[in-house]
Amino acid sequence: MQERTVYLDHNATTPLHPAVQQALTEAFALFGNPSSMHSFGRAARARVEESRATVARFLNAAPEEIIFVGSGSEANNTVLSLVSCGTKLCARHGGSDIITTAIEHPAVLETTTCLRDRGANVEILPVDGHGRADLDRLAALLKTRKGIVSVMAANNEIGTIQDIAAAAKLAHAHGSLFHTDAVQAFGKIPLDVRALGVDFLTLSAHKIYGPKGVGALYSRKGIPFCPLIRGGHQEAGRRAGTENTLGIIGLGAAVAQREREMTAEHTRLLAFKQRLRDGLAARIPDTRFNGHPTEALANTLNVSFLGAEGEAILLYLDLAGIAASTGSACASGSLDPSHVLLATGIPIECAHGSLRLSMGRDTTDADIDYVLEVLPQVISRLRRMSTAYHGSN
Amino acid sequence: MTDTAWVYTQNVKDHFMNPRNILDDEATFAPDGRGEVGNIKCGDQMLVVIKVADGKITDCRWKTYGCASAIASTSMLSEMVKGMPLDAAYQVRPADITAKLGGLPEHKIHCSVLGDKALRAAIDNYYATHGQPDKVKQEAARVICQCMNVTDAEIEHAVLDGARTWLELQERTKLGTVCGNCKGEAEKLLALYTNQHFSCQHQ
Repeated sequence: MQERTVYLDHNATTPLHPAVQQALTEAFALFGNPSSMHSFGRAARARVEESRATVARFLNAAPEEIIFVGSGSEANNTVLSLVSCGTKLCARHGGSDIITTAIEHPAVLETTTCLRDRGANVEILPVDGHGRADLDRLAALLKTRKGIVSVMAANNEIGTIQDIAAAAKLAHAHGSLFHTDAVQAFGKIPLDVRALGVDFLTLSAHKIYGPKGVGALYSRKGIPFCPLIRGGHQEAGRRAGTENTLGIIGLGAAVAQREREMTAEHTRLLAFKQRLRDGLAARIPDTRFNGHPTEALANTLNVSFLGAEGEAILLYLDLAGIAASTGSACASGSLDPSHVLLATGIPIECAHGSLRLSMGRDTTDADIDYVLEVLPQVISRLRRMSTAYHGSN
Repeated sequence: MTDTAWVYTQNVKDHFMNPRNILDDEATFAPDGRGEVGNIKCGDQMLVVIKVADGKITDCRWKTYGCASAIASTSMLSEMVKGMPLDAAYQVRPADITAKLGGLPEHKIHCSVLGDKALRAAIDNYYATHGQPDKVKQEAARVICQCMNVTDAEIEHAVLDGARTWLELQERTKLGTVCGNCKGEAEKLLALYTNQHFSCQHQ
């Protein structure tokens, strides 16, 4: 098909890091059940605990505070369900209200909707034009609400980073627990659970060059816990089911690489983002950059092009070998554009015409050049056939 | 990756990559009929303009703010109706276009309906501005459910949006949730629109 492929959809998922691939290949033969006492079981157990220690170290947590789960979505479901399952055991910290933000991942938002239907009080915090949660509103709500506050560390669509330490402090000052969905932030920005003061933190392996189908939940020592998946003593009784040994080894290997690469990669990607942003602004009139100008992930650039529809942009880019993502309704199969972009208050047509470019460790200078060459042609082409663009192009 | 089939059929890809009959400059084209439907707030908008001679469409041009399916289906439509008598062109339905495109995924059908709606609006506009106002068939929306004020146009929209059963139709439109007297007529329309938009699919 096309000569060149440029993958700029790292917030959707990432390719395996070569070191992770190597670790997985070497671990293929490791079949013992980590719960078994014999040598086969002990060999698997040792590798699982090694990964746990690596993840804990990277978060400044204790190993026993790390619970391996099947996905970031599972971790989010676990935490939110824990405060409102209605039994004394689960709600023993004293409240079952939920406060979250309008721009969370559906794994949080849809879970809260379901819990609301079952009787939980759910409050949704608005965000400002850059996607930052309204913490004054949070403080006001906490005067009458008690339970758990869940605020994502960084947004998957616009990259905006929240002031997690401040939000956690507010929640604790009013006797509520605090959870952060850090699936997009983890491995991209430093996250120290002690410094942030969070009770729960969600992370996923496949966003950081690890395998799919495995994630982890940080659960602070001494915080009440109730498993979502019951029926086994694994993960200290907090998540039943025989451990996904390979996945956990892959997660550990991926985190070990993040420890080595994250800082330098951040600097590199920040320069790329600046170049991409300046280059697009200079080459394409009537563009609008979404998300926070500074408090945002270095790898994520979200931009709207007036008069060009997102799915069409995405598919012309695909035909040129560039993989990206859009908040357009047409690409989602629903009739509604991105809830995140709408929550920031941008005009609905800008949400339909949005494009997310998310870079990663394999992104090169030449990739940025290629996007800056192809994207202006795509937009100009779509605008020429557009009923909704009247500027000079 | 190179041999992976594309997201839509080869015909859709062709018309998306090389759209036919895009309107360049409306003033130069000087259309005999003009139809514009949709709204960019809903994510798609369509303009179709036609030239007419001896009761036939001699040229058809278009512009859209829309996705790949909207672009490809309108491009295909503009080819289909050139040389067609106005009466016949008025009868072209999305299912005819998608059949020519080799099919579209069900959730993309609603993206493809704007082209023919805009064409019918253009034909009506031609009749209205060329001394034949009696021929205008403009499909005014008709209220079906009096209690909840739901129109036939809304039922059609719900069908395009995926409703196939009475319950699904109610979920989307809330029709028939008060007195329920409209059930018979609404079910007839449900069958009609489902047949109209989805029966000729060659997937």
